[in-house]
Amino acid sequence: MKKQIANWGNYPAMEADEESFVFDDQLDTLIGKGEPFIARGNGRCYGDASLSERTISTLKYDKILSFNKQSGIFECQSGITLDQILNVIVPAGWFLPVTPGTKFITIGGGLASDVHGKNHHVDGSISNHILEMDVVLSSDEVITCSPENYPDLFEATLGGMGLTGVISRVVMRLKKIETSMIRQKQIKAENLQELVSLFDEYKDYTYSVAWIDCLKKGKHFGRSILMLGEHAGLNDLADIQKNDPLKLPKNKQITFPFNLPSWVLNKFSVKAFNFLYYGKNFKKEINNVVSYEPFFYPLDAVLHWNRMYGKAGFVQYQFVIPLDAKDGLVVILNRIADEGLGSFLAVLKVFGKQESIISFPKEGYTLALDFPVRKGLLEFLDELDQLVLKYNGRLYMSKDARMKPEMLIAGYPELEKFKEIIKKYNPENKIRSVQSDRLLLTSSS
Amino acid sequence: METVLILGATSDIAIAIAKKFASEKFNIQLAARKPAQLEPLRSDIKIRYGVQCDAFAFDALQFSKHALFFETLNPRPDITITVFGIMDDEDEAFDNWQLTQRMIDTNYTGAVSILNIAAKHYGEQKKGAIIGISSVAGDRGRASKLIYGSSKAAFNAYLAGLRNKYFKHNVHVMTVKPGFVYTRMTENLALPKLLTSTPDEVASIVYAGFTKKKNVIYVKWFWRYIMLIIKSIPEFQFKKMKL
Repeated sequence: MKKQIANWGNYPAMEADEESFVFDDQLDTLIGKGEPFIARGNGRCYGDASLSERTISTLKYDKILSFNKQSGIFECQSGITLDQILNVIVPAGWFLPVTPGTKFITIGGGLASDVHGKNHHVDGSISNHILEMDVVLSSDEVITCSPENYPDLFEATLGGMGLTGVISRVVMRLKKIETSMIRQKQIKAENLQELVSLFDEYKDYTYSVAWIDCLKKGKHFGRSILMLGEHAGLNDLADIQKNDPLKLPKNKQITFPFNLPSWVLNKFSVKAFNFLYYGKNFKKEINNVVSYEPFFYPLDAVLHWNRMYGKAGFVQYQFVIPLDAKDGLVVILNRIADEGLGSFLAVLKVFGKQESIISFPKEGYTLALDFPVRKGLLEFLDELDQLVLKYNGRLYMSKDARMKPEMLIAGYPELEKFKEIIKKYNPENKIRSVQSDRLLLTSSS
Repeated sequence: METVLILGATSDIAIAIAKKFASEKFNIQLAARKPAQLEPLRSDIKIRYGVQCDAFAFDALQFSKHALFFETLNPRPDITITVFGIMDDEDEAFDNWQLTQRMIDTNYTGAVSILNIAAKHYGEQKKGAIIGISSVAGDRGRASKLIYGSSKAAFNAYLAGLRNKYFKHNVHVMTVKPGFVYTRMTENLALPKLLTSTPDEVASIVYAGFTKKKNVIYVKWFWRYIMLIIKSIPEFQFKKMKL
């Protein structure tokens, strides 16, 4: 039975078959039917990467296979969400080595996107912490790959948007923590210039990210809040917290109840929001100790926050440009402010070095922005693409719903190699998505 | 800590029930035809909930092996839950006696075989609980669920009798009648959202019913009233309806 599905941006939406599996032989049966499909986790990529007329859901394939509490080696099936992993590992004194801004993704989806977090400049992306994984190919064959075994499959699967095969089992190395709290520092930056130098000044912090008000012009252009953090040690905690230093945060979620009508988000309401958001930090600098939840997952507190963008949905645009193309940030942010298409906030982060075939991160500045789907948006984003290319940048496939194949080719120098590996492991393109067809990574013939 | 035996542990509902009881700190015994398949679930339950979890081979159709199976469980479970059951295509089953018989033997005969043994043990112990996952389809015979519905009707009558027989021996027997449930078996059907529960909801309701020592529970509760209406239609009228 076809049902309506969409990923987090609610754009695009489509009719699709969704089938799930609990046991290995059930996955074999689903793959064996021979109709093209793409694996789908929790639908938290933003665009069309995990959309296809036929999807195979990994959500019921979510078992923890082993967890060594001494060494921090964690083994699981791919459909488990980071949220569920945290509930098990945090009380035992371990943390995810890398986490994106939501814990509601599956680990399989996280690897297919090679997700990064606030610690990329120190710890790299998630692929850096994966010891081994199983990939089920379109031929039903299961291959265990690692940096040593089938390194081509390993590398092309990390960030490969599910096109090499279905990631089924994952072994990763966790990060040791003393407490479940984060020692946080927030610093207000008056403008982009100040923000960029603050990033540099505080580059030794394990976690760093900034939220920028993109609608501010003039001398406050790029005013922002830089958020820095370290895992708190026992000594950072108040006496009362020391009784239970690895406590899990309480569930305090609220649900965004309905799709907001599209007229609510406009230049004025977004300006007002940003004014309040920036204004809530009275002091130049705040230092405190908070639970990991508000630090890493502030938006997870509002379930279905994507409804804020209305039924038409939104597109998230995330690019990275090299460190020496700093001017590009100014040009691009200016262009966005001029257009006034209503990005609430932009998230800026500095990536460290990374070598990979198809993963998004590379050394430089990465900026992520939300744009509600409106008339003229797609044309505007095509324009932004040209600017990103001019500064030698590229886009994140996990956020993408609309880029043209030329944009991908220009941004990813190893793309031909990636295509060769897809050809080798997924020769008949039985595994393909709306995105991979659009980007000409796969085709029906 | 008490131990729960889950018979037919590979279905979505069984997995959800196992996890629910494990989260309430019960040790878990999983039983299914191919116990090797249960290994990931077993490790998952142990790691997530910090309880004991073991997996055993059990085939509802191998009646002669049921006594040995139950006697060799160590420890013997405090609560026995039957979740196994099959729902084949009714038209195919009607034309093929083997399918009909398999459905009846699994859903009814197999359940009776193993629960006789468990009930006897609990009766002697003067404590214990039996939970049978049945179906609303057993509440009234109708064309579209001819064999499946009648096997569940027989199972319901059996559980009611067992409840009566062992009441004075302090054995709690609970009949669970789910309506529509979103599972792998139903993912290709268009189910009415308001009337359909998730396996996790079924598990929570089963656990709540167990702690409150309920006799017969419907999942969700309003199915009791839906079935009441269906049961109250006079037979001369009912036989003409397309159900």
